[in-house]
Parts: sequence; structure tokens; C-alpha cells
Amino acid sequence: MNFKFSQDQEMMRDSAKRLLADLSSYAAVHKILDSEATHDANLWKQMAEAGWLSTAIPEEYGGAGMGYLELAVLAEEMGKTLACTPFSSSIYMAAELIKAAGSESQKATYLAKLAAGDAIATVAYAEKGRIDAAGVQVKAQGRKLTGVKSPVVDGLSADLAIVSARDEEGVSLYLVNLADSKVTRESVATMDRTRKQARLTFNGVDAEPLGKAGQGAALLDAMSYKAAALFSFEQVGGAQAAMEMAVQYAKERYAFGRPIGSFQAIKHRIADMFVKVETARSSAYYAAWALESAPEKLQQAASGARVMGIDAYAFAAQENVQVHGGIGFTWEANPHLHMKRAKHLESLLGGAIVWRERLMRSLEQAA
Amino acid sequence: MDFNDTPQEAEFRAEVSQWLSQNAKLRSESGGMMSMFAEAEGGELRGEAEWEMVRNSQAWQRKKADANWGVITWPKKFGGRGGNIMQQVIWGQEEAKYETPANIFMIGIGMAGPTIMTHGTNEQKDRYLQPMLRGDEVWCQLFSEPGAGSDLAGLRTRAVKDGDDWVINGQKVWTSGAHYSKWGILVTRHDPSLPKHKGLTYFIVDMESPGVEVRPIRQITGGANFNEVFFNDVRIPDSNRLGAVGQGWAVSITTLMNERMSIGGGGGLFGGDNGLGSIVALLRETTLDGRPALEHDAVRQKMAEFAARFKALELTGYRTLSALSQGAMPGSESSVMKLAMGLLIQEMAAFIMELQGAAGVLTDRQDTLMEAMWQQAYLGIPAIRIAGGTDEVQRNIIGERILGLPTDIRIDKTVPFNEVPTGPSKKG
Repeated sequence: MNFKFSQDQEMMRDSAKRLLADLSSYAAVHKILDSEATHDANLWKQMAEAGWLSTAIPEEYGGAGMGYLELAVLAEEMGKTLACTPFSSSIYMAAELIKAAGSESQKATYLAKLAAGDAIATVAYAEKGRIDAAGVQVKAQGRKLTGVKSPVVDGLSADLAIVSARDEEGVSLYLVNLADSKVTRESVATMDRTRKQARLTFNGVDAEPLGKAGQGAALLDAMSYKAAALFSFEQVGGAQAAMEMAVQYAKERYAFGRPIGSFQAIKHRIADMFVKVETARSSAYYAAWALESAPEKLQQAASGARVMGIDAYAFAAQENVQVHGGIGFTWEANPHLHMKRAKHLESLLGGAIVWRERLMRSLEQAA
Repeated sequence: MDFNDTPQEAEFRAEVSQWLSQNAKLRSESGGMMSMFAEAEGGELRGEAEWEMVRNSQAWQRKKADANWGVITWPKKFGGRGGNIMQQVIWGQEEAKYETPANIFMIGIGMAGPTIMTHGTNEQKDRYLQPMLRGDEVWCQLFSEPGAGSDLAGLRTRAVKDGDDWVINGQKVWTSGAHYSKWGILVTRHDPSLPKHKGLTYFIVDMESPGVEVRPIRQITGGANFNEVFFNDVRIPDSNRLGAVGQGWAVSITTLMNERMSIGGGGGLFGGDNGLGSIVALLRETTLDGRPALEHDAVRQKMAEFAARFKALELTGYRTLSALSQGAMPGSESSVMKLAMGLLIQEMAAFIMELQGAAGVLTDRQDTLMEAMWQQAYLGIPAIRIAGGTDEVQRNIIGERILGLPTDIRIDKTVPFNEVPTGPSKKG
């Protein structure tokens, strides 16, 4: 048993850390928070140039042909620094769906663009927030889509969306060019303004089927386990950062003549954060390994990692605000960034209730 | 990253498995989890049945030692196998699949042994380690006192030098197995005029010495596997001192670090890859409010949460061990395991009792799920949360040693021990 990332993977982490320290400081995140920018375009460009987007895309489609463990390393660092980019939408979700369901020509066309950062893709699966396939009402008729998807993360910046729609065969996936005039994009207000969201209205827009008709729900389901494993690294990274912020503040802030971190009321709260972060981290590692090397364990491992990741990030983010006291409630301070990102990550793919039920089902199958 | 055995680990596991299959009987499926609470159950024994348990435990240890499985991680020069910590874990996982007697050697092999190896003289190593490893002599730990638990360095048992001997007076408490132990590891105060951590000296005491009196304490489980131990003018030869006079605190820390390792690293608790599978299967058969418990969403949600936490702790244990096996120094990480495990099992026990309806409160094996294992756990778990450093102590360790938070302001550290404020009934 070896519970460590390899030396090469750790070198990749170091270079990711350096790039993010330069470009995704809390000050940089605040800038995106306070602007109408759909994402941090400069950071995105630098990530593309550093080859991050191509990590897990096969070489024959213009990728680097590395694996999910490398992607997990990047996810953790991006989560830690709250990187404001469409990485997850374009890479963990859209590219994975194209890899899993695309025709040769679709893979050749789209994956190379996503790998190079020449295009951004997202997945439009929610309707009025509802994410289960039974709730899909967008209609596909003769390869034209009509209806509304909302919210769509990165729907404002994406060039391309994979859209779930109802056709004669049930729920199917379609690729849609979002620049088409028969697509209306509106911004929807979200608590986490560092990850902007959109309402996409399709007015009979041309669409290209992705994967077999009627397989949309199954494809999204399979993708969700992979994405859950990777998102759990963002959650662990974010939780770790929130905890570190609390530690730092508890060392520096004095009250009653002593640093507040010397009070057990504060120290024990932060120790509880550490327990949650470390146990969530172990679960995330296991999920990444399953994703890379043991697909038969992925459902259980990813469900566990998601349940633990959601809880760890929510707790660390919320209690970090508490440790900060009044200043933690202000817009200009940093703690709220994590509190909001934690909820953002939870809202994608369904929250803990959904994933606990998924975990239970995988346990029942095994029992 | 690879969660499977390496070829060497697989080879070792096969070797272990082969020996065990020839020397022990496989246990039933839920046995792995049961074994964790065997101690709580064992507490109900005292008298002939307990002595039989002690003899069986000693016989099993001797059998292992004869085949060079006595202690995997001890160096060969002390009679161990000279193996690594991953091999120890593999041994634990495989042994947990078999019906083996309760392990009464945790204090000796797990704590006293490593302490003697670190601080003992050559004579002490020669005298004690071999009979310890072979299970011939059982050890107990004489640290806590009625007035010194989490604040261990506040202990008051006095050691006074008299010729070549030390004379011991005082009281120890919560001593598991004192009544069947040959030796005890004992921390005493030799000089109350020094600051509390500096006035301590550590000894090995023969539990058969005149003046040692062991009295059982009944626990909330109803059992009595621990004791209070009184010392009335007990004489210990100076050759049984472990470490220098005044070094008792440093020697104690060695013991306690090893304790946390052994509490945190247990491999037998987890029923393999499937974690809580056997409990899930049972909940299909359990009716709650007119339908199977497993059809209630509230039950499903809670069990899934438990399963996620359970697996995460198992993995965290392995992550720590994997780091240790690659040369990391044993640190404070096992505090996470101990803290989180106690809380989790306590919540699980209370919940699974609730699922048993009117039988929830019963300890009768026939009318309860899994032969009242969760009821036993409910009663036994407070000990896990208190012994070996309470939850609160673990949180301090995590906060201060891992995260570098400032320590609490202490008024007792630098002044002479006999000037430290005490409650109304204590005097140094």
C-alpha cells in the first residue's frame, strides 16, 4: 500500500502552487468577486499555457495523456486558492463526457480545443436547480433544442455546452454552440460571485447528439462519480485553506491579554476542523485511486469522498468565520469566500443527502 | 498511490495467512468488529473464567513467539521479527479474521517494551523483554491517580530513596489487568520541591512485592477489568529504575507515544473492504415502525454517514502507517484517529440501539442484534474517549503540536510542585 502522490506528481503540485500563489491570491479572487468578469481570464490563459487543461486528455486528441491523480493534485491546489476559472466545468465534466460518449470525430474536434484552452465547455444539466434526469424538460426535436437550463456554471464564459434534453428515446445529451443566436444567456445571481452562473434559453438552436440517444441520464450519472472524486480535492483544498486562515488569525489576534488560539474554545474548534480535513483527505485520495486504477470501487469511494468533502469544507469555512469574529462577517475580509465556495461546490452534482443515498445503495449492493 | 498490497506485502500476507490457517480457527463474519469490545465484555469475568482467559492469551502469544510471530516490529536482537509497520498491520488484519484469545499484552509489548528498549539498561533489556514477548509475564501501567488524570504530571505517589532501594507510598487507579500482571510500569514523585515535570522518576515494580494491594473497580459496563492499586511502603531496588532520577516525565512520554500508536493503529476493527456491510445486511431483517429499517430514509442517511466516516478513518489509519513505513517519524497524527473513532462509535452505538426498539436497552444476547455488541459498545466507548488522553487532550495535541497554536497559559509549570494550587482535599 502506498498512500502518497509520486515525486512527479508532487513536482507538478509545486509548480501549480507557484502559479496560483502569483495569480490567484485572495486579492485576485476579491477582484473577480467585485467585477462582472465571468472568470479570471488571465489565470485561465496561464493554466492553459502551463498545460493543466490537457492533463488527463489522451495524447491522440492533443492532451498530455496523464491520469486522474495529476488532475487531483491540480484540483486540490485550485480549491485551496479559490481559483476563479471554468476548469471543473470544462475539464472534469465536459471533457470527461466527450471522452466517454463522443464519436471519434467529436473527440478529435472538441478535446483538442478544450485541452489547449481554445474553447471552454460546460454541462447544462440543471433546470430550476433540479438535477435529476426525470426533471429534464428541455426538448430536442430534429436536432433542435428548446427550453431553459438554470443554473449553468460557467454558462456565461463557455463556448460550448453539453445539454441534457428529452427526445423520443428519453433523456439524451447534445452539444450546443453557445455563440448561436438562438441561445440567450443571462446572468443569474449567485452567492459565490467568484463562480458565475447563467440561465441558458434555447430557442430551437441546432444541436449535435453526444452519445447514444436515451443514454443521457446514464452518462451524466457516470460522469458525476468521476467529477465528485475530483471536486472532493477542491473541497479538501478549500477546507485546508479555511483552517489555515483560522490558525493564522488565532495566533495573531489577542484578547484578554493572550492570543485567542490559546483558549481551548478556539483551539478545539480548529482541532475539529483538522480532523474533518484529514479524514476527508483520506477519502479523497481513495476516490482518486479508484478513479485511476480501480473503477469497480469508484461508486463507493467517490460517494464517500463527496460526503466527507462537503462536510469538511462546510464546517471549516463556517467555523473560520466564527473564529474571526466581527471582521469575519465583512465583505472585505477573506473568510466568506470559502463559506460561499463551499456551498457552490455542494450545489453542483447534488448535496450530501443525494450522495449519502448513493453511498447506501453501493453498500447494499456489496452486502 | 496504490491501495493494493505491493508484491512484497502480498507475499508477507500469504505467509501470515498460511500460518494462521494452520494454527487458529476462522471466525464468523462480524467477528472483526466484535473483537474491539471484547475487553468490555471480558470485564464481566473475574475469577476462574478470567484466569482461563489469561492462560489462553498467554498460550497464544507463546505459540506465536515460537514461530517468530511474537512481535512483528521489534528488532531481531530483542526477539522480534525485525519487520516493518505495514507488516504489523497486515498481521493485525489477518489475525482479526481468526478466533484468537483477548490480547492482554498491549501494555507490555505495546508500551513497556518500547520504553525499556529506549531508556533501559542492558541488564533490564535482558531481564524483561524476552518473557514479555513470549507472554510469560503480563504487564500493567501505573500512571493515573485519583488526583492526576489528564494532568498526569500532577501525580503524587512518593518515591523516597532508602539505601539501595526506593520506598513507594501512594495510590494508582484505572489499572487494567493489575490483578494478573507480574510487572508494572510506575511513575512516581521523588522530589515535590521541584517543578512538577522535573520531580518525577520512573520504575519497574514487581506486582508481587509486599505492600502492593490491588482492588477491583467496577465499571459502567458492570465488569471489573481495572483496578485501583495501593502502595504501602513498597520497596523497589534502584536497579529497577528506568531512566535517570528526575527523568520520569521524558520516559513517560515514550510510553504514551507508543500507547497512542497502538490505540490508533488497530487493524481488527474493520471488516475488510466492505466496512459496514454486515450491519447493512442485518438492517434488512430489522423491522422499524412496520417496515424494514433499511427502508427508512432517516436510517439510510445516518448509516451512510457512519459508513463514510468509518471508511475515512480506516483510510486515515492506513495513510499514517503508509507515511511511517516510508520513514516519516511517528507524530501526533494518531490523535485524529483516536478522537474521531471514539465519537463515531459512540454515535453509531446509540443509533443502532435505537433501531432495536424495545430491545435497545437490553444486554441480553438472544434478544438483541449482533449479540448485544452495540449495547456493549455504548457502555464501553466512554473509556475509549477518556483513556490514553481524553478527547480534550487529543484536541490540545492537534491544536498545539500539529497546527502550532499557542499553548494555554499555565500557572503550574515553573513553580515547585508543592506550591501548585490544589483542591480542598489534596496536599503534596
